[in-house]
Amino acid sequence: MARLVIDPVTRIEGHLRVEVTVDGGVVKDAYSSSTMWRGIETILAGRDPRDAWLFAQRICGVCTTVHALASVRAVEDAVGAVPPPNARLLRQLIAAAQFLHDHVVHFYHLHALDWIDPTAALRADPAKTASVAQSLSDYPRATTALFASVRDRLKGFLASGNIGPFTNGYWGHPAYRLPPEVDLLAFSHYLDALEFQRDYVRIHALLGGKNPHPQTYLVGGMASPVDPASQDAINDNTLQQLAQLVQRGVDFIEQVYLPDLYAIAQAYPEWTTYGRGIGSYLVFGDYTPSAPAKGQPPQGGLFPGGVLVDGKPEPFVRDKVSESAFHSWYRYDDAKASLPPWQGSTTPDYTGPQPPFDQLDVAGKYSWLKAPRYDGRAMEVGPLARMLVGYTAGDARIKPLVQGALDRLKLPASALMSTLGRVLARGLETQLMARYSLELVNRLRDNIAGGDLTIADNTKWDPASWPDGKSFGVGFHEAPRGSLSHWVVIEDGRIRNYQAVVPSTWNASPRDDRGNPGPYEASLVGTPVADPARPLEILRTLHSFDPCMACAAHVYDADGEAVAKVLVQ
Amino acid sequence: MKHHRARRQDTGAGGLAEVAMTPGRSESTQPGPGVPAAADHRPLPARLAEAGIGRRRFLTFCAAMATTLALPERFAPRVAEALSTVERPVVVWLEFQDCAGDTEAFLRSRNPSTADLLLGMISLNYHETLMAAAGTAAEKARDDAVARGGHLVVVEGSVPTGIPGACTIGGRSAEDLLRSAVRGAAGVINVGTCSAFGGIPAAGPNPTGAVRVEDVVSGVPVINLSGCPVNADNLTATIVHYLTFGEFPAADDLGRPLFAYGERIHDTCPRRGHFDAGQFAEEWGDEGHRKGWCLYKLGCKGPSTFHNCPSVRYNDGTSWPIAAGHGCVGCSEPGFWDAMTPFYERLPDVQAVGGDFTVDEIGLTVVGATAAGFALHGVGKVVQHKLLAIREARKTPEPEPADREDG
Repeated sequence: MARLVIDPVTRIEGHLRVEVTVDGGVVKDAYSSSTMWRGIETILAGRDPRDAWLFAQRICGVCTTVHALASVRAVEDAVGAVPPPNARLLRQLIAAAQFLHDHVVHFYHLHALDWIDPTAALRADPAKTASVAQSLSDYPRATTALFASVRDRLKGFLASGNIGPFTNGYWGHPAYRLPPEVDLLAFSHYLDALEFQRDYVRIHALLGGKNPHPQTYLVGGMASPVDPASQDAINDNTLQQLAQLVQRGVDFIEQVYLPDLYAIAQAYPEWTTYGRGIGSYLVFGDYTPSAPAKGQPPQGGLFPGGVLVDGKPEPFVRDKVSESAFHSWYRYDDAKASLPPWQGSTTPDYTGPQPPFDQLDVAGKYSWLKAPRYDGRAMEVGPLARMLVGYTAGDARIKPLVQGALDRLKLPASALMSTLGRVLARGLETQLMARYSLELVNRLRDNIAGGDLTIADNTKWDPASWPDGKSFGVGFHEAPRGSLSHWVVIEDGRIRNYQAVVPSTWNASPRDDRGNPGPYEASLVGTPVADPARPLEILRTLHSFDPCMACAAHVYDADGEAVAKVLVQ
Repeated sequence: MKHHRARRQDTGAGGLAEVAMTPGRSESTQPGPGVPAAADHRPLPARLAEAGIGRRRFLTFCAAMATTLALPERFAPRVAEALSTVERPVVVWLEFQDCAGDTEAFLRSRNPSTADLLLGMISLNYHETLMAAAGTAAEKARDDAVARGGHLVVVEGSVPTGIPGACTIGGRSAEDLLRSAVRGAAGVINVGTCSAFGGIPAAGPNPTGAVRVEDVVSGVPVINLSGCPVNADNLTATIVHYLTFGEFPAADDLGRPLFAYGERIHDTCPRRGHFDAGQFAEEWGDEGHRKGWCLYKLGCKGPSTFHNCPSVRYNDGTSWPIAAGHGCVGCSEPGFWDAMTPFYERLPDVQAVGGDFTVDEIGLTVVGATAAGFALHGVGKVVQHKLLAIREARKTPEPEPADREDG
């Protein structure tokens, strides 16, 4: 059996390495390793909890807002601050914009090149491409002249010799199978999507000053004032711009993204049989009209919370979450322990080979990620988990959305548990979120029109108002890549311990103390590999998760002391 | 229009990227985003013409760039001439201890757009987040580009020297990769505060021994575009300056280009008038906050931060943090994660000038810019001392390279 190493895994955020064994053209075993660590949670220890979100936001520049949100929620949970309705709506609008932005960038710029071959697009007939495009949607940029122009310019670019990000791509690989017309269509939309994502994310600048890393959250609310009578606050003009951008998002998702997604899905039906993975799914739940109960995730919102274990639905129970460091470069007092996040405490313990090296010792520690487990089980989180949990629960919005897609593709629900199913689920929830964003703008407008200008709970701003002794907080959020939680312990107005258990840690986790693989590792088993030197198929499955590794590699409290007791509130 | 007032320089109706770049708006018969048709040796105007960008639009863009770079107006034709003849430089973009925030900022480029940059102005042969190839094919793209020489290296993220295993790519350490990538390079552009100054990984207690790029490399021109993340417009302007003049723009003693970091935020802030008039937001959402009064008392670090945020803004000039109601956190300054925190604590009252008056008193009782400027000089000094102390404490055994060129 040949050991195949892919490092760097590109078109992801951060640094990911996979080592797989291939036998008979099929992956037999896989190991997922995150190869970068910064120690942001260690750096947070001892600091002012009100600053935490600014630090935590830098966990990721792609997921940008999601850690800020989970972080303020965690501190608010600990100190008892309750953000007012305007702040909750602003946060949801920012988070919804993040979904649209992130999923579009993922589909076109991080994943599409696994399915489309731009060099094949040169063979496309522009008139046929226009005809295909017009049969798929009403998107106006679909003329013969346009596609001829894109094709000719692509031809000149590829002939120039300096082909930038396309250098050494796997062009001509036998696993590429789209008609050239669809390649050309998708490449044209690759460029359009670059423009769309840049413009759409202006929502973040309107509500938070800039993107990435908007600067507007506060423990207890938001820093962007609302006031129809001020030029220096979110006013009617801002709302008008928001409404226009949000409508443009709906149009782009429905006229461009989803039609392209269906075109790819119909051309690659066998990818509903690869990449199944763990088969158990976790969703905290999010996007609710009111604040969550203390220590609990938001319930009853756009995304219902819940767990699917081998197809069986269960309610989510917070205290079943723990993390193993058995194969991770951290030191636990008890190497085989799996610790709840508030107790998580480990010092970095790099025992991997000193660089430069060829292979990791996968029998020992081999990743900067820990292995989060739910009731001892590895779980998949993310768009597929959200769509499956919502579908199983018969959710009024999610079930018809998913059923419509399954009917259109003539697939059973079980086909969703696959590489292509993950990609499909991501597109469906993008549409869900685009439409939900319209509702959010209207609710914000109504709330402001009703005279509510409050944006923050200032009663808990001063640390003197916080609970005495140790307080424990947790912030849950359904981020684009899946279920995110930040866990904080505060003592004497300072951060005592800080933990982030993030979507890519769940999905990209190494094996745990019992040898159970994580979702990436499990999903790669059985993947065909036509040419080990050009592992296109492995990238397809990995990218279907939208890996975000800087988020995933995280760390523990500075002094290494376990928090004595976990309080169950 | 709340977000389009103030000092933003008009970049000419959107500059290069304006034409046919907006899917929802353009006529469907217009060409798509700017993929150049020609091989590299063809002049940029010809390539742009094919993308639907005429000569006049090109010259407008060049004039806007000259303005952003704080060049005299007469330089605009020189910018145009240079961009008309220059070949696309090969760029190798390295990510170490990063969050990809600077990559995301790059994706928001407007003047020119990302598509123009990617396919028309530079050849981005290695960029882990955007490139098609992976694994050995990706490494070969990088090594081939470096072997040819004359490339630009863009670095995002800091370099862990305490734990080399804390950032490996293809089994090689960040330090090893950085040293080999700059060999034969024309220059290094550090995007963001992590590569420029160590950034968040180097914040106390710096668990990985993270250092800035200049603690590792020497003998090659380096420019530091700090900020968390980098402002895409400043990155574009720096590239244009390099293509026009063959060198990086003039820099301050921290290696930051003066065109972007030559002025203190507080001195160009649209809210400065409120500071001088003693009008401060006291609490989140109060009347002063809603009316756009000064955020000093809510922790704004604008008085000790050098950056062109007030004029250039972010995301196509849409806004910037202070405009959105949150104080500046000083993200373009070295060591800001330690020197500027707690972020919501106001900068030290004015002890350094020997007096004991406070900003409240300045605002309420002292009229005129002289006293305010005097006081702020003191505030700046306090932070400068704090920063110097941090830099001293953090000095690595290997001294800073003495031969660093500012270009």
